[in-house]
Amino acid sequence: MAKTVVQEFTKGLWAEIPPFRLVLGLCPTLAVTKGVENGIGMGVATTFVLICSNVLISLLRNVIPKKVRIACFIAVIATFVTVVELLMQAFAYPLFLSLGIFIPLIVVNCIVLGRAEAFAAKNKVIPSLADGLGIGLGFTLSLGALGAIREILGSGTFYGMPVFGESFQPFGFMVQAPGAFVCLGLMLCIMNILGKK
Amino acid sequence: MTDYLILIVSCIFVNNILLMQYLGNCPFLGVSKKMETATGMAMAVIFVLVMAGSITWVVDNFLLKPFGLEYLRTLTFILVIACLVQFVEMFLRKSIPTLYAGLGIFLPLITTNCAVMGVCLINIMEEYSFMQALVSSFAYAIGFGLALVLFAGLRERIVLARVPKPLQDTSIGLVTAGMLSLAFFAFKGMV
Repeated sequence: MAKTVVQEFTKGLWAEIPPFRLVLGLCPTLAVTKGVENGIGMGVATTFVLICSNVLISLLRNVIPKKVRIACFIAVIATFVTVVELLMQAFAYPLFLSLGIFIPLIVVNCIVLGRAEAFAAKNKVIPSLADGLGIGLGFTLSLGALGAIREILGSGTFYGMPVFGESFQPFGFMVQAPGAFVCLGLMLCIMNILGKK
Repeated sequence: MTDYLILIVSCIFVNNILLMQYLGNCPFLGVSKKMETATGMAMAVIFVLVMAGSITWVVDNFLLKPFGLEYLRTLTFILVIACLVQFVEMFLRKSIPTLYAGLGIFLPLITTNCAVMGVCLINIMEEYSFMQALVSSFAYAIGFGLALVLFAGLRERIVLARVPKPLQDTSIGLVTAGMLSLAFFAFKGMV
């Protein structure tokens, strides 16, 4: 039992790390990773929603009728997204402003609904919790890494602090929309090479 | 009139929902491997987005705002969209079976398409009037369809090319999307 819980947790960190292994939830991945701070903030918010919804859906899995399960899942997820939205508005207002529209859009993040449907609806509470935590942490790591690459190359800073000397010319392409696509594509390629061995 | 023209151009090209605002990327990569599925998805999105955009505007302005319930917006919008998609599906199956056969499998996917939810939220945040919301929903949907069909065309060609192994499939897809996005980048500053 203990072993499986650990396995459920660690699979989110490498074997099924979103958005690289599971190609889901690309929209927030591309949009909020202009910098490390935004990326991690978004990751933490998503993780919170993922854990709460996984636990609640797992608890309710025998009560929810099969035919209307998607609507029920969405209602549960939307509730927790509203909670996160209000919490961030109260305690992390600058982050709330810079993430903007993408906080309510966690509702339609395929990762959250995907985990609810594929995992929480079929498993007990503890494994579901571990699954939510693992996938959420993996997502946060990916967003942080992508954010770091784009911030360092695109504006020459890391977490708002300058990394290079005065003479550094920022590679502005990376913080713009096209750079996001190309950067994610190349990271996926590197993951594929590493995964082969 | 010119206001609306500017709005349309800005929604289709300058602020293209897929390539500039990064919304709706899951179906963008998921259904773009074949031209037929891409056009089917594009049609379904245009159909649902126009309806969702206008209905959520009405709900927000006549139901949520007068009663001070703005904090329930996320929950309400997603339920409205989910019900709408379900309703459209049932209606099409009964009355226009040919259209249903074409759009069928793409309709349920639209519920979790962030482009739909995103446009509804943008309409509210920009404080558009009803007409503006309707026009912008339509224009955003056209922009989505345009980008999706262009991308599907590119992807059908890539299948024939010799792509290095680690770059295959999604990876090269994303890089291609980046190039397409760069092309749309040229429209920036037009409006």
